[in-house]
Amino acid sequence: MAFWIASSPHNHQQSETSALMRLVIYAAIPGIFAQWYFFGWGNLIHILLAVITAIVAEFTVLSLRNKKITTQLFDGSAILTAVLLGISLPALAPWWITIIGSFFAIVVVKQLYGGLGHNPFNPAMAAYVMLLISFPLQMTQWQPPLSLLAMDIQLTDTLAVIFTGYTPQGYSVEQIRTHIDGFTMATPLDTVKTNITLGLTVVESMQAPTIGKHFGVGWEWINAGFLLGGIFLLFKKAIQWTTPFSFLLSLFICSFIGFIISPDSSTSTMFHWFTGATMLGAFFILTDPVSGATSVKGRLIFGALAGLLVYLIRKFGGYPDAIAFAVLLCNMAAPLIDQYTRPRTYGHKLGVKK
Amino acid sequence: MESVIERIQRGNFWQFHGGIHPPEQKFLTCTKPIASAQIPEQLIIPIRQHIGQAGDLIVKVGDKVLKGQELSASDTPMSLPIHAPTSGTITAIKSMAIPHPSGLSETCVILTPDGEDTWKQRHICPDFQLLSKAKILEKIANAGISGMGGAGFPTQVKVSTLAKIDYLIINAAECEPYITADDLLIQEHSPTILDGIKIVDHLLNPKNILIGIEDNKTKAIDALKKATADIDHIQVCVIPTKYPSGGEKQLIQILTGQEVPSGVLPSSLGIVMQNVATCFAIADAVINDTPLIKRVVTVSGQALEKPQNVWALIGTPVGFLTSQCGYNNSKNRHLIMGGPMMGFSLPHDQIPVIKSTNCILAPSEIEIASPFSSTSSKEVECIRCGQCADVCPAQLLPQELQWSAKAKDQPQLSKLNLFDCIECGACAYVCPSQIPLVHYYRVAKAEIRQQKLLDIKAEKAKVRFEARKQRLEREKIARAEKHKKAAEARKARMNAGTTAAKSEKSAVADALARVKAKKAQASINANTTDSSTESTAENAMAKNTAENTAEAVTQVDQIDESKSQVANAIARAKAKKLAQKNQAQIDSLDTLQDNESTSSLTSSQAAPVVIDKKAKIAAAIAKAKAKKRQAEPVSNSANTQADHIQASVIEANNVEATTEILKPEVHAKETAIDEKAHQAKDITSSGKINNSAEASENKQQSKPQPASQNDTLNLDRKAKIAAAVAKAKAKKLAEKSQQGSDATSSTIESNQASELTSQANIAANTVANKKARVAAAIAKAKAKKLAASSDKSSTSE
Ligand code: SF4
Ligand code: SF4
Repeated sequence: MAFWIASSPHNHQQSETSALMRLVIYAAIPGIFAQWYFFGWGNLIHILLAVITAIVAEFTVLSLRNKKITTQLFDGSAILTAVLLGISLPALAPWWITIIGSFFAIVVVKQLYGGLGHNPFNPAMAAYVMLLISFPLQMTQWQPPLSLLAMDIQLTDTLAVIFTGYTPQGYSVEQIRTHIDGFTMATPLDTVKTNITLGLTVVESMQAPTIGKHFGVGWEWINAGFLLGGIFLLFKKAIQWTTPFSFLLSLFICSFIGFIISPDSSTSTMFHWFTGATMLGAFFILTDPVSGATSVKGRLIFGALAGLLVYLIRKFGGYPDAIAFAVLLCNMAAPLIDQYTRPRTYGHKLGVKK
Repeated sequence: MESVIERIQRGNFWQFHGGIHPPEQKFLTCTKPIASAQIPEQLIIPIRQHIGQAGDLIVKVGDKVLKGQELSASDTPMSLPIHAPTSGTITAIKSMAIPHPSGLSETCVILTPDGEDTWKQRHICPDFQLLSKAKILEKIANAGISGMGGAGFPTQVKVSTLAKIDYLIINAAECEPYITADDLLIQEHSPTILDGIKIVDHLLNPKNILIGIEDNKTKAIDALKKATADIDHIQVCVIPTKYPSGGEKQLIQILTGQEVPSGVLPSSLGIVMQNVATCFAIADAVINDTPLIKRVVTVSGQALEKPQNVWALIGTPVGFLTSQCGYNNSKNRHLIMGGPMMGFSLPHDQIPVIKSTNCILAPSEIEIASPFSSTSSKEVECIRCGQCADVCPAQLLPQELQWSAKAKDQPQLSKLNLFDCIECGACAYVCPSQIPLVHYYRVAKAEIRQQKLLDIKAEKAKVRFEARKQRLEREKIARAEKHKKAAEARKARMNAGTTAAKSEKSAVADALARVKAKKAQASINANTTDSSTESTAENAMAKNTAENTAEAVTQVDQIDESKSQVANAIARAKAKKLAQKNQAQIDSLDTLQDNESTSSLTSSQAAPVVIDKKAKIAAAIAKAKAKKRQAEPVSNSANTQADHIQASVIEANNVEATTEILKPEVHAKETAIDEKAHQAKDITSSGKINNSAEASENKQQSKPQPASQNDTLNLDRKAKIAAAVAKAKAKKLAEKSQQGSDATSSTIESNQASELTSQANIAANTVANKKARVAAAIAKAKAKKLAASSDKSSTSE
């Protein structure tokens, strides 16, 4: 007989943050699948490791902070962070890299700042950058696509490499990375960068085996996979179109301008779109609402800034890929962007805002 | 302006920012006719059902009322009357829960219907055009019509605006899910609604009338189009369905593209909006003389067997309506008054329907599982997804508002324009973190309002405190000023340099001179006439032994207040002694002067107090003796003199009692009397002459005594009493016997004395200074005392 008192509105579209997070994780599946297909089990193992670490870390911190554990632990945000981190790490990186990275992402970047919604930086990217700076060697040991490897590595081999550093046959990561022809392979972006410093033109470096037919063996498909996932998210209205749109557009325009100015030393626009972590960044990382801008205008600016930074770092910076750095820089700029893109409240004249 | 109409005719509307599309659920009720009103067992009619003040109740418990009879009367435009929805008896007037989000209680009239439903006398007006505008407005006001769309703003205030109206907008949007009350009302009563629109048209004379209606009400649109087909300036605007297009500001933006500035009424833009149901009520009131006593209420929700629209009498308990619609008693009951977006939960089902109630929602649990209930909050942290900002029709930043609200950062909240939030609930509807945003805003708004009230209170208290402080300060200053003035006056009196002092001094000198002159006359015949003016008095003084007195006065100039008192006393004493020794005893005076700061001070000052009584007696005796002598039958002139004395005394007393101004005169007269008295005594015994002369001398000298200020009245009175007593005695004695004395000489003396008196009077009058006068009065009193005391002392000597 008790009457139920609730605050208006009594209706709700029944969306939930956790559902949103789950949706994003699901959307990453095509990309992860492509990764598995071209690079083997490495990233899957890392994703798993990262998720387990993240849950343990989240649980620990939440209990320390006396928070409601059940709702927050499974709100999906920690898992999503872990998944994204796992995706971004080199496939054959040692296990402790993931553990450290995941722990750092959850405990330091997220919870120490106040938990979900309060972290100024994208936890996955912040952890990635931390790892890259702290462990540059391990973090740059990119595994070439399976098809280019001299040997065939199976799940057990990958596991062994990740946990011991050597395959059961005794090969080291360096050896695995060696091409059939006897040279160490890098990512397409790395390749191009190295080649350009060596004085080769972009067209010449495009002949490199890592790049293959299009923009890099495997990488184009991985990016295509994340693009697919992103479109799914857009369709589901789980993410806003604004950030990916402005980011990709900005990257396109920057690379186009670069290409026009010096075609020999600049890669094509499509190369920029489909190598590295471009699509992952566009749809899964920059769209992280917590560390991004909130208004439509703000998001457009946010994405455009990220595109510009990615291009600049890729072209002039010391590191081959730039998504993580660009995202962190944009995260820093987000509050400022928000501040200056406040919408004009209904009935308030432009310019009279305090 | 024309382009607005053209745009509308093209069906091209503006858009407001944001908005959502919650499930409409209107199909539950939109096809069923409105059920007719049933009379419940009891009606609970809150006396205030609108924004504004309640009217004054004009019925009492036990009254029988007819349907439509006024229960309260309004006196201001913002107060509206309420009416009896049916005939019956007022059984109680008490505080009951009213429909309010926070479950407030307010005075309600409880009406027990008699079932007859007998109407009061009504005057049908078939053609409202015949009525004056004022009459129509009066009818609308008397019918108690307030906005029926939700807010409940008094209608006659809205329709009596003097602003030039471009657009009259009829709000038929009804954007809230579930609600179909307006829809059905239009379907069934479009002619009456049109009448209402015409009445408002007649009142406001707008250029255009726009009827805004969402495109999901096809039947109502048809009905409206048909009804308005032949009226040119009425446009039926079919707008896209989007919540909250029925908000006043949103509908104005959709139809005219204008934004109502924050904190301003739409009428300032030349726009007035009326709800369709209000139009219906206006028509009913003006044409049928029917006050607002019933309305259409949508009773909907899947917890009901037959959700439908019903005509409900104002005051009908909600429970009556839900049972009428087949409410299955589920365990976890949830009743919402209003729609699912902006309605509020009811604490129980005995809440009455009021003028602005458009919907009662009884949802099943699955249907509306409100995420914002008090018991099952699934709220998680805001993830800054920005969806709330995207849907906010007021273009606010709900997520930032929410943070500030949680942090109770009131300045930031006002900066984010919290008060522009229309509480539409769109933000909370979309929020994936299921944060009850609107709840936070309500609380924050209430807190800010509360804070403002406190601020105002504090401000008032502060102002009051400041005022008090200022007043006290002023009083303090005034007091200090008074004290200063008094002190100055005192000083001035002491001080020979100032005119006041001079005059005072001159008065002293006068008196002294007078006394001396008199003495001189008594012995040799001095130039008494000259002593009337200051200089002559001083000359006289200089000539005589008063030299010493003058010296004393000079001394007074140089020393401070207290010392001057001492000096006075000394001077007095000196004068006394001198008088006793019959003038010119300079040596002894010097001695006294030497002793001024020691023994003489105490003795001479204490003497008056101690010997007061005795002195008075002595003085009285002296006077009496004088009278006796004067009353001697041997000399007629002496008699006359005595009469004169008496008369003057009486006069003096009277004058003294009435006005202060005359005091110097009075004093002078009294002095004269005293003098006469001792002059008379002179004749009898030489010792007495000395005494009385001395007394009068002392009298004059005591004038500057500042201490007398405080006891002015006292002394005055005492002096008067003493004088009166003395006189009375004198009379008696005079009547009784006589002593061998020279009556003639006494008469002569008396005459001379009276001459002196008049001179003294003149002198006193020249002293126009009020202070001097006061001082004179005081001095007079003192003088008497001193006279007495000196008398006494001399006697004891
Ligand atoms: S409730 Fe207020 S803040 Fe939320 S959408 Fe409506 S107007 Fe905007
Ligand atoms: S919709 Fe909810 S979670 Fe998203 S920004 Fe607004 S308040 Fe935060």
